[in-house]
Amino acid sequence: MAKVEFNRCADHSVFFTGLLGLHALVVAVGLGAAFYMEHHGHVVTGMTNQIVWGAPHVFAVFLIVAASGALNVASFSSVFNRLAYKPYGRLSGLLAIALLAGGLAVLVLDLGRPDRLLVAMTTYNFKSIFAWNIYLYTGFFAIVAAYLFVMMDRNVSRSSLPTKAVGGFAFFWRFALTTGTGSIFGFLIARDAYSAAIMAPMFIASSFLYGLAFTVLVLLMMSREARAEMIGSEMIGKFRGLFILFALATLYFTAVHHLTKIYQSSYRPVEAFLLLDGGIYTAAFWIGQIVIGTLLPLAIVILASGRRAWLGLELAAVLFLVGGLSQIYTIIIGGQAFPLRLFPGMEVTSSFFDGQVNQYSPSLPELLLGVSGISIAMLITGIGIKLLPFLPRGTANAAPAR
Amino acid sequence: MTKGCSDVNGRGACEPCAAEDAVATSRRGFLLGTAGFAATMLAPGVTLYAMSGEAEAAGTTAPASSKVRWGLLIDAGKCTDDCNACVKACSATYGWKSTDPSATEPQWIRKVSVKDPKSGAHFSLPVMCQHCASAACVDVCPTGASFKRADGIVLVDRHICIGCRYCMMACPYKARSFVHETLTDQLPDAPRGKGTVEACTLCAHLIDKGESPACVAACKASGREAILFGDLNDPSSEIAKRVATYRTTRIREDLGCDPGVYYQNI
Repeated sequence: MAKVEFNRCADHSVFFTGLLGLHALVVAVGLGAAFYMEHHGHVVTGMTNQIVWGAPHVFAVFLIVAASGALNVASFSSVFNRLAYKPYGRLSGLLAIALLAGGLAVLVLDLGRPDRLLVAMTTYNFKSIFAWNIYLYTGFFAIVAAYLFVMMDRNVSRSSLPTKAVGGFAFFWRFALTTGTGSIFGFLIARDAYSAAIMAPMFIASSFLYGLAFTVLVLLMMSREARAEMIGSEMIGKFRGLFILFALATLYFTAVHHLTKIYQSSYRPVEAFLLLDGGIYTAAFWIGQIVIGTLLPLAIVILASGRRAWLGLELAAVLFLVGGLSQIYTIIIGGQAFPLRLFPGMEVTSSFFDGQVNQYSPSLPELLLGVSGISIAMLITGIGIKLLPFLPRGTANAAPAR
Repeated sequence: MTKGCSDVNGRGACEPCAAEDAVATSRRGFLLGTAGFAATMLAPGVTLYAMSGEAEAAGTTAPASSKVRWGLLIDAGKCTDDCNACVKACSATYGWKSTDPSATEPQWIRKVSVKDPKSGAHFSLPVMCQHCASAACVDVCPTGASFKRADGIVLVDRHICIGCRYCMMACPYKARSFVHETLTDQLPDAPRGKGTVEACTLCAHLIDKGESPACVAACKASGREAILFGDLNDPSSEIAKRVATYRTTRIREDLGCDPGVYYQNI
């Protein structure tokens, strides 16, 4: 394969600048929303003592899961020696850092006491999966930064050994990170919708899908911007194949998760709630995750070939991300909406809403904070590709578009 | 001020010396200012440190003992639907609202009505923090703000609680509340604050003074005596004897959290 050359996005359009400006504006609004929530307390959100994690957590977990998946493309090239993916390795690393930063920012700003971040960084309970995750997340930043260095430094990148070594370690770390994120829920014995070891591998499969969707979208967007196809027809085929594989893997783990619960009579009520009569949560699962987020994009990816493959890939990536948000919404909010079973098999009532399906509707500030996480990630990516050579200039199949 | 050189020509300080004087003056001012600032910043801390030493010397805080396991035994047979004395007492002791609570308001203890849909059998009981020996909230807390005292009381250190609410996700008893808005007029024994998580403390401050928790005292005052408090580890205590004699249940015992609150007649 010919030597891959990389470019900064030096000559950008008004549209690109406008998009960066829009993201900056959304970030500013998101910070304002966080300040508003911090000043007034969570009483101005839709969260309650029943639904304790709301829309910000949905966006935060979605972005954190996507971050580890975004690193996939780099891993394919340096760990599994698939050279076709090498041109996208740098962007993949940058996206991984950007998405994680966006997710963590939202997570931290939704804390009851975000001013105590320093406490969270210095006082640990090592039995807590949350505390492990603080190490996994900060470690991920450092390892991916090192990975980018060995990929990008003129001297170090001459030898493939450093890239292989650091890339291999980053690959291991991202598995640990997503295992940790899935286990935030998998370890919870209290709630019927969680408490399952399969949540960790399910999150890993989902991370592949979301991460790839973000990578493909940024590549296609930048192809337009650079007026050159950064994904050649051969790569479009590879990405289509990966999308099919990752979507089916996510579907498989989701199916096994639910089937295992349904098989146990004590979990049937929660499954009936999520899959049959849970209202918005049932809709988010069947319509959001399964139809719009899995089956429809799968059909598009499979059927759209030839000249339409490019557009098909773009549309499918957007739909996979919509499906991802629906999946996390169902897991986080739906899992809390179903009441705790204090006395299994009994009818329970109290002034603290025991025995009732918990109501939640996200308020504007929390939605703005959540969406600003995506904008933080995109802003970091946009600035990154403007300042440093992250984008491939020419691939084996590259041809100027239009 | 003229300190840099002697007045050699009778016209006051030479220009370079005047400049040096100005530098010396500003340096001295800076040093004095810094010392004053440091003293202002340190003084309150030193005073507090000295006062805490006095408090220790007075012997007001004996450490909790791991030989003790404080617990409750609640007799649902004596607890009636219409009685809310334990809830009111807790609310009055700690300053949370007990009437017409909203979904965002804290409830440290609540009355739960339970009905068997098949037989129609019905009972009512108070549910609060179960002060588990293997508390899920303590395990998951990232900073260690959720902690268990040596005597089994599970508490929240409000100084290092970051308000992540993971403990609320993890608690099988829905025992914890998050403070959703600014509080005013907190009570001395209830250091509550916006953005942190709180729950029943088993009235640790009263226990440390040799008294019973407020809910237990209120239940006794109501004439029902449905809640018994005591040391589960002491075989001679009334609670340990009754737990050893009668069939008792703990809520969601199957989860293995080993709660310190036992129920009878449910």
